[in-house]
Amino acid sequence: MSVGTRAVPTGAATGTYREALREAMRDALRRDDRVFLMGEDVGAYGGAFAVSLGLLEEFGPDRIRDTPLSESAFVGAGIGAALGGMRPIVEIMTVNFSLLALDQLLNNAATLLHMSGGQYNVPLVVRMTTGAGRQLAAQHSHSLEGWYAHIPGLRILAPATIDDARGMLWPALEDPDPVLIFEHGSLYNVSGALSDPPAEVDICHAAIRRPGADLTLVTYGGTLPLTLDAAQLLAAEGCDAEVVDLRVLRPLDTATFLESVRRTHRAVVIDEGWRSGSLAAEVSARLMEEAFDDLDAPVGRVCSAEVPMPYARHMEQAALPSADKVAEAARRVLAGG
Amino acid sequence: MPASPVSRVAATGDLRIVGQAGSEALVQLLTPEGERVDHPDYVVDAPAERLQSLYRDMVLARRVDEEGTALQRQGQLGLWASLRGQEAAQVGSARALMADDMAFPTYREHAVVLCRGVDAVQIMAIFRGLTHGGWDPHRFGLAPYSIVIGSQALHAVGYALGVQRDAARARGPARPAGQTTGSPVAVAYFGDGAASQGEVNEAFVWAGVYNAPVVFFCQNNQWAISQPAERQTRVPLYRRADGFGFPGVRVDGNDVLAVLAVTLSALQRARDGGGPTLIEAFTYRIGAHTTADDATRYRSLAEVETWKLKDPLERVKAFLHRKQLADPAFFEQVGAESDALAARLRRKCLGMADPPALAMFDHVYAGEHPPLRRQRAHLAAYLDSSPDPGEVPR
Repeated sequence: MSVGTRAVPTGAATGTYREALREAMRDALRRDDRVFLMGEDVGAYGGAFAVSLGLLEEFGPDRIRDTPLSESAFVGAGIGAALGGMRPIVEIMTVNFSLLALDQLLNNAATLLHMSGGQYNVPLVVRMTTGAGRQLAAQHSHSLEGWYAHIPGLRILAPATIDDARGMLWPALEDPDPVLIFEHGSLYNVSGALSDPPAEVDICHAAIRRPGADLTLVTYGGTLPLTLDAAQLLAAEGCDAEVVDLRVLRPLDTATFLESVRRTHRAVVIDEGWRSGSLAAEVSARLMEEAFDDLDAPVGRVCSAEVPMPYARHMEQAALPSADKVAEAARRVLAGG
Repeated sequence: MPASPVSRVAATGDLRIVGQAGSEALVQLLTPEGERVDHPDYVVDAPAERLQSLYRDMVLARRVDEEGTALQRQGQLGLWASLRGQEAAQVGSARALMADDMAFPTYREHAVVLCRGVDAVQIMAIFRGLTHGGWDPHRFGLAPYSIVIGSQALHAVGYALGVQRDAARARGPARPAGQTTGSPVAVAYFGDGAASQGEVNEAFVWAGVYNAPVVFFCQNNQWAISQPAERQTRVPLYRRADGFGFPGVRVDGNDVLAVLAVTLSALQRARDGGGPTLIEAFTYRIGAHTTADDATRYRSLAEVETWKLKDPLERVKAFLHRKQLADPAFFEQVGAESDALAARLRRKCLGMADPPALAMFDHVYAGEHPPLRRQRAHLAAYLDSSPDPGEVPR
């Protein structure tokens, strides 16, 4: 079951999440001459996940730039180009490799505005693949967007739908601050309706993906499809679950999930990151701080097992959140209080 | 580049050779004794006015540095990073820049900041804790001080790539690449310690493969806090450029004329589409790493005294005297200007009001960010309710 197959607007074409991301880049490259893409294998190869396939042919090597294998260099050079007035899109192959560029991301992109006394903002967009589920083992499967959401100075986006994949890039490029976009690897092949003309999306608010009255399931990114599946399972049992897609991981749109939980009085947070110190912990803390009296049961959490991501398929699946695990957690929360 | 002798490091096993001037080709136009010497590759026009102007820049930079150290010792600044000994390297390179070139300095490049036209008071404001930065990078062609060692080298390369693209467009398809464009160049300042950083080496890779209009200006001041230059490299730093595919040159970093000539040459090469150059300005950090450091713990006073004999200001002064290119009135005037600058700096610095505590929330985002707005309001309310509101300015 895929996200995009729900609520297909009439007259819309279908496409994949990958194609939506590509269209977004194509559109941005056409609209603004300052926009260019750089990263490893983004040119002739078309990107490690084929997101930029065909862009080199259309825009040339000047704007679709294959780079040396040096993450801190292409993030750092992206910062320099942004300072000089360009609007770079930097592709990092996976979130794991972004760790090689942490100095540039945290110490530089996120702080140069502050360190220049407000003189120097960094309009940089960095895209990267995140998440597990594809048997890529313990060094290519992290979900570290929660780490990045910890950092003031950045905006963190996690498109989970076709429309968000298509629509988040342009407002991210218009944002005067550095924006990191996390594309979950399991979503690239998801197909669904692509609004035509493209839907206007904001990069400020969470979205309710499924309205419901009995329980709120809060999630984002790669775990949205399985959370929607869990809602279906629960519906068969007579529980009407609401699904909130955070979409923007920093700044978190607290109001949307608070409003939901004030109606449903119960919540489960689903996050593919490791549980300790996770985004799920942050959402839970905010619910406790601001909706304590509205809660009829303790907040539930479904996260990944705190182990290096297994390679073997059955072990990896066991380590990750699943629709069944979410449904099970929801049943516990419904039984509690 | 002049051919350099084969490294004797491996042959002798004596790492100190890397740190000794004279064992490698060193571009010099003015000896420590103030004698003009010629160099086959680097010629610079140095009329009296230019020499006087360079000398004045160095005197004023040294005075700002002395005041910075004194103000820190008196508790008026949190910290100071002294440039003493590196005046020629900084002034010579900065005076080679055009207005629209872009310099990416570190926290020690006070003379570069002054040469770019920024008021020294702004440097004091940073070290006093009023702001993390403050000058307009585009107006002055000067990025903020980089505090993280080496990260700015990549920003310079990225900036240079943008410049390169702009220049290619302005040139149009009809004019071949490599033709003089007069377009801006990015200059990355860093030190011998930063030369060991991955980011600097990645910047070298990038600048090389993209033929970026960037000049890497490495001030080898012999010490990275307590680590001597031979702890960073087995070959002279300038020769690393070879492996990255662009020229490297070692210049006497205490010779302002030679630094000017070498930097002008590297800038022209970049403007002409010739790509990057690594300049190793061989100099010495006369002071400690910062006011938080005690250099006597790890290096000998004899070494420092040896380098004081190569003082960058004295050799220009000696030359101006000997050739009668400046009269006593000139030196008196520069001295008076220096005194006036010092007095003004002290007055301004002591008069700086502490910024309000809530200013910490400024400039975290250029755009709107609701969590910070809430946290700011929360702290403001807390400060308003504080029993001693006079203690923390809002």
